Amino acid sequence: MQYAKPTTAAEAARLLSAASGVTRVLAGGTDVLVQLKAGMVEPDLIVDIKHIPGIRTLQAEAGGFRIGAAVSGAELGEHAALCAAWPGVTEGAQLIGSKQVQGRCSMVGNLCNASPAGDAVPGLVAANATVRVEGPNGTRDVAVHAIPASPGKTTLQKGEIITSIFLPARAPRSSDAYLRFIPRSEMDIAVASAGVNLTLDAAGTITAARVALGAVAPTVLLVDACAKAIIGTKLDATALAALEKAASAACKPIDDKRGTIEFRTKVAGVLARRAAVIAYGRAGGKL
Amino acid sequence: MKTIQVATTINGDAVEFVCAPDEPLLDVLRNRLGLTGAKEGCGTGDCGACTVTLDGRMVCSCLVLGVEVEGAKITTIEGMATGNQLHPLQQAFLDHAALQCGICTPGILVAAKTLLDRNPNPTDTELRYWLAGNLCRCTGYDKIIAAVQDAAQKMRTA
Ligand SMILES: Cc1cc2nc3c(=O)[nH]c(=O)nc-3n(C[C@H](O)[C@H](O)[C@H](O)COP(=O)(O)OP(=O)(O)OC[C@H]3O[C@@H](n4cnc5c(N)ncnc54)[C@H](O)[C@@H]3O)c2cc1C
Ligand code: FES
Ligand code: FES
Repeated sequence: MQYAKPTTAAEAARLLSAASGVTRVLAGGTDVLVQLKAGMVEPDLIVDIKHIPGIRTLQAEAGGFRIGAAVSGAELGEHAALCAAWPGVTEGAQLIGSKQVQGRCSMVGNLCNASPAGDAVPGLVAANATVRVEGPNGTRDVAVHAIPASPGKTTLQKGEIITSIFLPARAPRSSDAYLRFIPRSEMDIAVASAGVNLTLDAAGTITAARVALGAVAPTVLLVDACAKAIIGTKLDATALAALEKAASAACKPIDDKRGTIEFRTKVAGVLARRAAVIAYGRAGGKL
Repeated sequence: MKTIQVATTINGDAVEFVCAPDEPLLDVLRNRLGLTGAKEGCGTGDCGACTVTLDGRMVCSCLVLGVEVEGAKITTIEGMATGNQLHPLQQAFLDHAALQCGICTPGILVAAKTLLDRNPNPTDTELRYWLAGNLCRCTGYDKIIAAVQDAAQKMRTA
């Protein structure tokens, strides 16, 4: 195995494109090293991206935030302005692992690991976040939602890496929330999860909504029917019931030791409803 | 496999070592540098027995490659006492019998110190959440919480 630490994204792309064997990008390593230890993968080349300028910085951009691909969960949680603007995104990222794991894990690593249960992903999809992809054919911006292809697989092409995430500017009276169900209070993988992002008008009526569900399909789902169920409402009981029903209807989960199809389908609906209530309150709405 | 030369700082001392590119920092500390305080409980980030700090952040040394720490600053349990003078946390663990087999203890001490450096007066709940990544099969945790709170109190009034 070879270890490389390129100092530009172009060099990383060149190394990854030229490699003939198995490659792994290394950010926080909290998935990669577990896979190495388990013998699940034996890479010929590991490309440590943490020496690329900007990849560990978080800064304001165009009214929103540009977050370097290797910024850790702990760093996100300490950024007061980011947490105030995007509480749902940051609470999802901070649910990943222990404080030790938080010291290293990145949202982009969570996204590129492509687990349907990744805790950072529903919040980012609900936020309509984009990622900047750099590769042999240059740079492109892609919706987070378009990155996971199937469990463990992304739509990134050979030689491509993600260098940053962009969270857009917020309209007034906007907020978000993320909830997951796990059988214990810490350190477990989501059985079902939901991220909800809302904008209200001055009267408290929802004018825009995005609802994403995790762990209930091969990739995180963006559910338009959930958004339709609550846009134009003040999140009254009828709207909440319609939201819950639309969320459950969108689920295509698997049965495994963590949860049955029936359980995941029910819980995803409940979590979508509860996350919507939290996001609504954070956006200044009164129920 | 070709080994790589790495220069780093551990507990304030400049250290150089060679390691394989896929060798975890934990193995480097234990097998190449004789720093056997950090333990391997799982090797996959679940137990926290291997906890060290890397540039001020708490990490599992089993989830860091040795080659990644070039130019970094690492602290381990070996850096906690001052000569023969135990750190208040170490003394409190003895006073409260907060360990039995002791495998988890170095990781818990490093984690607890990292918390107290940031928050000298945590609630029990904050402390338990902070230590959620440190598993102990022996004590049942209550004595660990009591020991950390006792040390925290002594450090606040010291
Ligand atoms: C004890 C423990 C508990 C955990 N708990 C949770 C949890 O509660 N919830 C959860 O969702 N996850 C959890 N995880 C999984 C893991 O911590 C997360 O998925 C984490 O966000 C991965 O980020 P990383 O930076 O460490 O990724 P890495 O391990 O560095 O990389 C992960 C994958 O993404 C690829 N990759 C990384 N960065 C890029 C990039 N910039 N461009 C292209 N590809 C890239 C890598 O090649 C690799 O395939 C846990 C892991 C451990 C060890
Ligand atoms: S040995 Fe590193 S977390 Fe268990
Ligand atoms: S004292 Fe034995 S594991 Fe904690």
